[in-house]
Amino acid sequence: MTEMSTTAFKDNVAKALADDQLQFAMTETGPRFIAKRTKAREALPEFDQLRDQARGIKDHVLDHLDIYLERYEAKVKETGGHVHWAETPDEARAAVLEICRKANAKMVTKGKSMISEEIDLNRHLEENGITPVETDLGEYIIQLRNERPSHIIAPAVHLTRGQVEADFRRVHTHLDPGRDLSEIPSLVEEARGVLRRKYLTADVGITGANFLIAETGSSIIVTNEGNGDLTQTLPKVHIVLASIEKLVPTLEDATTILRVLARSATGQEFSNYTTFSTGGRRPGDPDGPAEYHVILLDNGRANVLGTEFQDMLRCIRCGACLNHCPVYNAVGGHAYGWVYPGPIGSVVTPALVGIEKARHLPNASTFCGRCEEVCPMRIPIPKMLRHWREKEFERHLQPTTMRWGLGLWAWVAKRPKLYRRATALAARVLANQAHGKGRLKKAPLASGWTEFRDFPAPQGKTFHRLWKERRS
Amino acid sequence: MPESPPRVGLFVTCLVDLFRPSVGFAAVKLLEDVGCTVEVPEAQTCCGQPAHNSGDRADARAIALNVIAAFRGFDYVVVPSGSCGGMIVKHYPELFDTGSAGHEEALHLARRTHELTSFLTRVMKVDKVEARFPARATYHDSCSGLRELGIREEPRKLLASVEGVSLREMTDADVCCGFGGTFCVKYPGISDKMLEKKLRHIEATGADTLIAGDMGCLMNMAGKLKRVGSAIKVRHVAEVLAGDYATPPIAEAE
Repeated sequence: MTEMSTTAFKDNVAKALADDQLQFAMTETGPRFIAKRTKAREALPEFDQLRDQARGIKDHVLDHLDIYLERYEAKVKETGGHVHWAETPDEARAAVLEICRKANAKMVTKGKSMISEEIDLNRHLEENGITPVETDLGEYIIQLRNERPSHIIAPAVHLTRGQVEADFRRVHTHLDPGRDLSEIPSLVEEARGVLRRKYLTADVGITGANFLIAETGSSIIVTNEGNGDLTQTLPKVHIVLASIEKLVPTLEDATTILRVLARSATGQEFSNYTTFSTGGRRPGDPDGPAEYHVILLDNGRANVLGTEFQDMLRCIRCGACLNHCPVYNAVGGHAYGWVYPGPIGSVVTPALVGIEKARHLPNASTFCGRCEEVCPMRIPIPKMLRHWREKEFERHLQPTTMRWGLGLWAWVAKRPKLYRRATALAARVLANQAHGKGRLKKAPLASGWTEFRDFPAPQGKTFHRLWKERRS
Repeated sequence: MPESPPRVGLFVTCLVDLFRPSVGFAAVKLLEDVGCTVEVPEAQTCCGQPAHNSGDRADARAIALNVIAAFRGFDYVVVPSGSCGGMIVKHYPELFDTGSAGHEEALHLARRTHELTSFLTRVMKVDKVEARFPARATYHDSCSGLRELGIREEPRKLLASVEGVSLREMTDADVCCGFGGTFCVKYPGISDKMLEKKLRHIEATGADTLIAGDMGCLMNMAGKLKRVGSAIKVRHVAEVLAGDYATPPIAEAE
């Protein structure tokens, strides 16, 4: 696995900006997501009311999460399933491994699951002699490359078609060199051919969950390739990996949120497959797993409840905030250094790995507000990023120069008379340095600015000085 | 609207004060032209956004209290910036506990505070200005004005009334230019990538003038345009609406 790090954010960014393939891939796909969502939204006049409803549902669940989790657990048991509580990634990995060992599993197929990424499950399975096979096309591609997803719903969005073709030719040694793989459908077909055989031989199928439903004990996944269905119905054991905030009270609630999910994510009215699973195979069922397990991961989420960060737990992982984020579109998902990239990742990651390790993420935002504007769950992302900056400030995590600089500025800004004198001086000095050209190639303490831009020079006198002169 | 001329306090903004007083005077002219009396309280400095966005709530609050005190008694407070306007309107109330005296005062100020073009159109019900300004122009929406204050049509409507101005929309006019306050110096590489995209969209319109309502965005875009040798002139919307084409564009020689 390519190692990634949130502390190395600046290095990650430098690499991303210099990566021509990445830059090409990002400019190709970003605008497409946006156009599709806009169209889907315009076609549904009640979209914003649905967003309000969706937010209301999740807020209610989060305020009563203990009740719904217990209700859900009872229902899963009633339908013959098993629930495993995991407070930490370690516990979740151990629970998966134990189930796999009991099933004598050599190979597991996997539907797309961000929780699997969060607990770094594949590595753990491999270390214990079990082969994980990703069945979502994007996940399959990045597994071939030993990479992390760079997007919540489009894991391989950072890659060009040419790169994917090269990976297939490298790993699929059976391929005829003359076969045309230059178009997406041919790549899909090739991956499908390889994966079909895996579905039939896998001992365990692992999926994520978009929703867990308290009233029925069901889990829901939404997919576009149908790989999730094959993953969860063909092997004899089905494991659902989910975090605790995926709960909704009723089927009705889930369908309300589903109406905003696909529209926000891919611009579809509904994903191609919306698959419900409730327990394992019942007597008389033609297919389905013999065993049904749910692993419920906390990993720090319960600590977020009741804090100024609680709203982040409404997230349904649609990826709209990523698609609309100019920062994400400039650097891609890997630069963020962990599992969840983009605006919501910059809110979630500090909560899960600690603000000490992730202080760059909430800072790498212009607060442009597009994320909040498109979030189907109306998560106030900029406000939460700012809250993280407050935590960072409280704990003195900022670089000393930044802190002192801003401290000095604020000290002066609180003293209007001193401020007037300081600004009058600065305006005059900078204007003189510009020698009538209106701009500076270099300015004191502004190398971050002048590396890429000229520095517009002041006109010479401050507004306040001129106002006084003209009105007296 | 009060019977007597509305008494407006101009919140100059720190960037206009320091870099481009001509924007402040253009704002004064526009306000006086529609019958306001304009005053400029001396005790104002900055809106406090740099502190607020750096997680320094205590200083942000102290500066907010200073602004609140400086602008007591005005019918309206007008700001030639969506960003500083957004700070006062949306963020000042968040700095104080609900129900506290500070919160009440912040709300009172927020209700009276308007960005310049939205004040002219929404409050003073003006939909045209008497001005001439030769420009094939394109307008960039600054993020705070657009998404915090909902300003989109207001500047375009007023600009369309200026004799000599023709407006052409750029692709992604509503996408951030990469300024973001301290962001642009903390992460200059990302900021520059965003700017590059913005520049491509600006240039594709064939406009000879770029207009926006916020000095931060304008200085960022002007700085890049001049660095790459572009002839596109960069102007604050207030200058265009006031017909001030005598003042050199941002980052241009006198």
